[in-house]
Amino acid sequence: MTFLENLMKIDRRWIYLAIGLAVIIPAIASFTVPVTVSSEVKKIYDFVDKIGPNEYLFLAMDYDPSSMAELNPMAEAILKHAFMRNRKVIIVTLAQFGPGMVEEITHRLASEYNRVNGVDYVFLGYRPYPAITIMLMGTDFRVPFPQDYYGTALDSIPMLHGIKNFNNVKGVIDLTAGNTADFWIVYGNGRYNFPLAIGITGVMAADYYQYLQSGQLFGILPGVKGAAEYERLIEQPGEGMAQVSYQLVAHSVIIFFIVISNVAYFATRRQKKTAGGAR
Amino acid sequence: MIGQLILNGIAAFLTLCIFSFLYKDNPFYKFAERLVAGIATGYWTMLLYHTNFKPVVWDRLAAGRYEYVIPTLLGLMMWTRFSRNWSWVSRYSIAFYIGISSGITITLSLYASLFKQLEATVKYPITFDGAGLSSLLIIIGVLSALVYFFFSAAHKGTMGVISKLGIYIIMIGFGAGFGMTVMGRVALLVQRVIFLKGYVNSLAGLFGG
Repeated sequence: MTFLENLMKIDRRWIYLAIGLAVIIPAIASFTVPVTVSSEVKKIYDFVDKIGPNEYLFLAMDYDPSSMAELNPMAEAILKHAFMRNRKVIIVTLAQFGPGMVEEITHRLASEYNRVNGVDYVFLGYRPYPAITIMLMGTDFRVPFPQDYYGTALDSIPMLHGIKNFNNVKGVIDLTAGNTADFWIVYGNGRYNFPLAIGITGVMAADYYQYLQSGQLFGILPGVKGAAEYERLIEQPGEGMAQVSYQLVAHSVIIFFIVISNVAYFATRRQKKTAGGAR
Repeated sequence: MIGQLILNGIAAFLTLCIFSFLYKDNPFYKFAERLVAGIATGYWTMLLYHTNFKPVVWDRLAAGRYEYVIPTLLGLMMWTRFSRNWSWVSRYSIAFYIGISSGITITLSLYASLFKQLEATVKYPITFDGAGLSSLLIIIGVLSALVYFFFSAAHKGTMGVISKLGIYIIMIGFGAGFGMTVMGRVALLVQRVIFLKGYVNSLAGLFGG
């Protein structure tokens, strides 16, 4: 059996080990990788930056711990940006395991930037059935959320006086790991026509770029790369930028495996054809 | 400090338990997997009760808003699914739900996912600059990919060439999706490695390493 044939039958656990080692290398010998900012991320940054002092940003954090690796850095970067510029933020989660995580991030960043719950930001909480919840919020936030996450009636929250529905917010940014993005596009932007941007996991990214072309989205944060770009724009390096060097090494190893496996595949196929012809 | 370190230690142990599956299935992995499933079920049940059932159903009924009896009854009827004799009752709730969903979804989905996308395909004029050539590329890409799935004519001659181009366009799409998927999956691993590195560093700091 030749070396190339052996390559075709390599135990997949060796590949796992190689990827594991590739990710551990930057953890031991850390280095930085330059991050270039794409226009779809810059548009979200500009949007948040230009929100006026009495205008509101609506941030939907529709993800749970299984995708926090990619979406938490985005949420942190956007919230830091909004808190730095003293923007008011209405936060909601339509993911069932999201509330605890959202509360932890908002509470930590609010303490860091001296922002007050109910004055500078409000966390509405969680409701099931995203499509219905989005449409109910389009009529009045108080219908699906009579109280915020902490049990305070929305009418008694100072920040929400005169704020009824999506007509009273500058726009919506949805950070999501699932089809909630579709719900926001169809039932949110499609019905209420508010400016919408999304932050999504890498797996989803290629499926949503066409919504930029159609104008249904004004920006996209694609996976951890989008988070790194946003962190660069706000000049606050976080986990997004930290992950880029790891990604570089891991991607290099994966590309190496793809190349040698293709070489091995085509070479062994040619050998088999030659052997078949000689028979 | 010590409390957080212990909690992070448990998280680090469970992370390694899950990663151990990459070698082969084992009791540590099974333990961690079932722990996650159990905690998740308990957490969601209590979350739904405290943040949904109580404020949206119970408190409103208690406040005399009896119009909420109707959705409450429809919800209760769903539980008849567990009885072989009474499961037909749940069909009314399901019919109600599907009826509303269809009425809302069909028009909005057609508008947002089909008409807006069709419009965007031919939205920008074809000119001899970067934007115009992009527009031309989009039109060619969409049409050739659609031709690949058009099976009412043989894929020979001109049709064959266009469908061949279509499959290349589709493969480019899959390639972009694969690349982004790899980034996403690596991000999950990297986040755990960064967490484990932080935990090791905090342990080293505690013991003066």
